Amino acid sequence: METSDKLIQVVDLKKYYNGDAIKALDGVTLDINRGDVMVIIGPSGSGKSTFLRSLNLLEVPTSGQIIFEGVDITQKKGPDGKKLNIDKHREKMGMVFQHFNLFPHKTILQNMTLAPVKVKGVSQAEADAKALSLLERVGLADRADAFPIQLSGGQKQRVAIVRALAMEPDVMLFDEPTSALDPEMVGEVLDVMKRLARNGMTMAVVTHEMGFAREVGNRVVFMDGGKILEEGSPEQIFNHPQNPRLQDFLSKVL
Amino acid sequence: MNFATIGQNIVKLTIKYWDKFLLTGLGYTLSLAFITVCVGAIFGALIALLRMSKFPPFKWIAAVYTEIIRGTPMLLQLYLFYFALPQLIPFLNKKQYLCVAIALVCNSAAYVSEIIRSGIQAVDIGQTEAARSLGMSQRLTMTEIILPQAVKNILPALGNEFIMVIKDTSLASTFFIGDLMTQCLLVKGATYLTMEPLIMVAVVYFVLTYGLSKLLGFFERRMRRGDIR
Repeated sequence: METSDKLIQVVDLKKYYNGDAIKALDGVTLDINRGDVMVIIGPSGSGKSTFLRSLNLLEVPTSGQIIFEGVDITQKKGPDGKKLNIDKHREKMGMVFQHFNLFPHKTILQNMTLAPVKVKGVSQAEADAKALSLLERVGLADRADAFPIQLSGGQKQRVAIVRALAMEPDVMLFDEPTSALDPEMVGEVLDVMKRLARNGMTMAVVTHEMGFAREVGNRVVFMDGGKILEEGSPEQIFNHPQNPRLQDFLSKVL
Repeated sequence: MNFATIGQNIVKLTIKYWDKFLLTGLGYTLSLAFITVCVGAIFGALIALLRMSKFPPFKWIAAVYTEIIRGTPMLLQLYLFYFALPQLIPFLNKKQYLCVAIALVCNSAAYVSEIIRSGIQAVDIGQTEAARSLGMSQRLTMTEIILPQAVKNILPALGNEFIMVIKDTSLASTFFIGDLMTQCLLVKGATYLTMEPLIMVAVVYFVLTYGLSKLLGFFERRMRRGDIR
């Protein structure tokens, strides 16, 4: 099947506000393949976060298709003719937010096991074991019983990443994961993301970290005005940018 | 005004009528306030659910209800319920206490619904997004993530509502329900003294509401301490 290596196909995605006065997304077409580490860059308000948040329908697009693992999740009905249950598809798309969004009334371990137990029906013991091994991988096993408020920003974001991983997603979406962090904590979060990429996780990352884009990304997408203006390998984008807007953008951020 | 005489009269009235104030009056006031807040909280929660529903007519009904209740004086609502209810429901004929209680409940439900709605909406939208992105359903997100956090916003405000209702029940004395204010009017009628019963009832109200607000403050601090852990 042709879709086998295409994990997500986005076709002519549009998101308008106030009728069509504000075009946050203005016809975005893009494929994300299995194993891709796609980094989306662009100035503020370029639509890159809106695009990422559309992929799991946190933003409902005005028109266009999002075909995830062969199913168009923008449709009301699934391929079996029944009402499409977006929750089933969201399970397989992990998401990491700029402001972590850990659940403050639950411990780190509870944060990580809640969805596996309640949504996937994993036993509590199994979920605990899995969560602990994930926490171990990001060096936070000793904080399992802490509450989010007791953690630093970098630690919170690492927990947010493994919380998403605990659902064993097929793709991870990162929405400016280091933008709310103190500079000295950016590195520890990027390290976790790098390791994830090396282990073959499919990732879509909206970020201002150009170093990460260049080093870890295999594809870089430049967006502005709700459109993709240029797309290519990090080498192409950073060393041989074609679009004048991209050239201008890079001259300011590099 | 002779303060010495007032003082003496208060002592005399306290000895003669203390049971009217502290047993009958306080009993009616507290039971009325308690019923109002408890039943009002249940109806308030229902109205809040309607208000947040995705089905527009439900939203409108809840919005119209709260706006009308909040936009008209409570005394007027009491009169309306007091005179209209027995005509609509014969069972309520001559049951003044019930009519007034229903009016207070309907009034309080509107305010409580706003307390609950704002308490829920004050929870960061990011919490919902994180839960939904993990594949949690809307219902699961509400029960596991939003409500436990919203309760911390809602409970203190609900306590304040209870204190407000205690004071609002005094309006029920218009219909001689038996509450503290009614006792004040009865004693005034029996003794031809105006200032003394007023002062005495004021003291009871104040001790009641001040004590309650201190108690609430204590619980609120404990709840906030639970946040930091």
